[in-house]
Amino acid sequence: MINKVVAGADEAIKDICDGQTLMLGGFGLCGIPENCIAALVKSGVKNLTCIANNAGVDDFGIGLLLQTRQVKKMISSYVGENVEFERQLLSGELEVELIPQGTLATRCLAAGYGMPAIFTPAGVGTEVAEGKEVRNFNGKDYLMEYAFEADFAVVKAWKGDTAGNLIFRSTSRNFNPVMAMAGKTTIAEVEELVEAGQLDPDHIHTPGVYVHRIFQGNNYEKRIEQRTVRQKEVGSH
Amino acid sequence: MLDKNGIAKRIAKEIKDGYYVNLGIGIPTLVANYIPNEINIVLQSENGLLGMGPFPFEGEEDPDLINAGKQTITTLPGSSIFDSAMSFGMIRAQKIDLTILGAMEVSENGDIANWKIPGKMVKGMGGAMDLVASAKNIIVAMQHVNKAGESKLLPNCTLPLTGIKCIKKVVTELAVLDILPEGGFKLIERAPGVSVDFIRNATLGKLYADDNVPEMNIE
Repeated sequence: MINKVVAGADEAIKDICDGQTLMLGGFGLCGIPENCIAALVKSGVKNLTCIANNAGVDDFGIGLLLQTRQVKKMISSYVGENVEFERQLLSGELEVELIPQGTLATRCLAAGYGMPAIFTPAGVGTEVAEGKEVRNFNGKDYLMEYAFEADFAVVKAWKGDTAGNLIFRSTSRNFNPVMAMAGKTTIAEVEELVEAGQLDPDHIHTPGVYVHRIFQGNNYEKRIEQRTVRQKEVGSH
Repeated sequence: MLDKNGIAKRIAKEIKDGYYVNLGIGIPTLVANYIPNEINIVLQSENGLLGMGPFPFEGEEDPDLINAGKQTITTLPGSSIFDSAMSFGMIRAQKIDLTILGAMEVSENGDIANWKIPGKMVKGMGGAMDLVASAKNIIVAMQHVNKAGESKLLPNCTLPLTGIKCIKKVVTELAVLDILPEGGFKLIERAPGVSVDFIRNATLGKLYADDNVPEMNIE
């Protein structure tokens, strides 16, 4: 079996260059590649274009790369939780392309499926449609949206094996599988790395063919953005 | 006049047994609290979950299990997890029966604006554009007027649009209104104690009202 294992985050991201385009998995702070983001901050690589659903919070996630001004452009669907992001955007320091969340996911999917474009009704009649081709199918208008091209996809999985097969856990799956399929080079960090053969082939979410480098990450903080709980009823245990 | 929970209670009456429902952030989230016990529905969270359960008990929060509002939640028996592309695939393919979301403005043609105030707020559209472009049944839950006292039910939206000709029903603290296929707000129900004239004054878009508009029953 082909072995995709690299020593760690620093090695995995070492050839990411200034000005390149990265996809970063995660939804909010859930399922983000924490180790690779830390390594990117340390590497000082700059002028990055980042395709990610959100921009993290001020002091975690992609917010860390914004603090250090390593990001030239963000392509995201929702960036509401990051004050520094909003400041850089309104001051013009940061270029931002806001696109519908389903469009973002499906442009990744198209790249991973080898399809050059998709048609979606999301954004028809809005400023998102400006400059885009509109096609009518069965009486309804659709925008043509191109598959993403990304130099690297950086994703986080729960388990992975040495062959690059990935399994995600709960809603930390989110954008990770579709981005994993879409990078020219895909880097996966996992909480638990096992030998090929240890994962049931029936349970694999992302086949190793899409993954070029894999390593076991460490010290996952898994910060919770909105901790919401309910109280146990009196008398229950 | 209704409070936020009253709006949520009234919207809950629109939900039918067997529905798959996507609830937006804000008042729509409250709707989940008022689904009658005898009605079985499945809540979709567009970050990749069908079968969203209540908040976890304190100490049982799982950082890997959140809803689209980034809140910690739980799953239920029968829940399923999927990636973001499939999540919006089922939305686009109209597998979700009902979408309930908030709005800053709704026009008498069914246009909606809820994602951007130029120069002030640029949080992004998230999944709202996908939802309104594809959902077969969308209810908007919102206040009838904004904080400045201006009507949010307009002839045309003034803010950047989220979607066009897609909203069919609006529930506010004052009224339930349908948006007619030919344009215009049709007053269906009044909030308890609110007159048609009061609603007319709070509605800048075209308002159609019959002689006897019933009061809502939210109990």
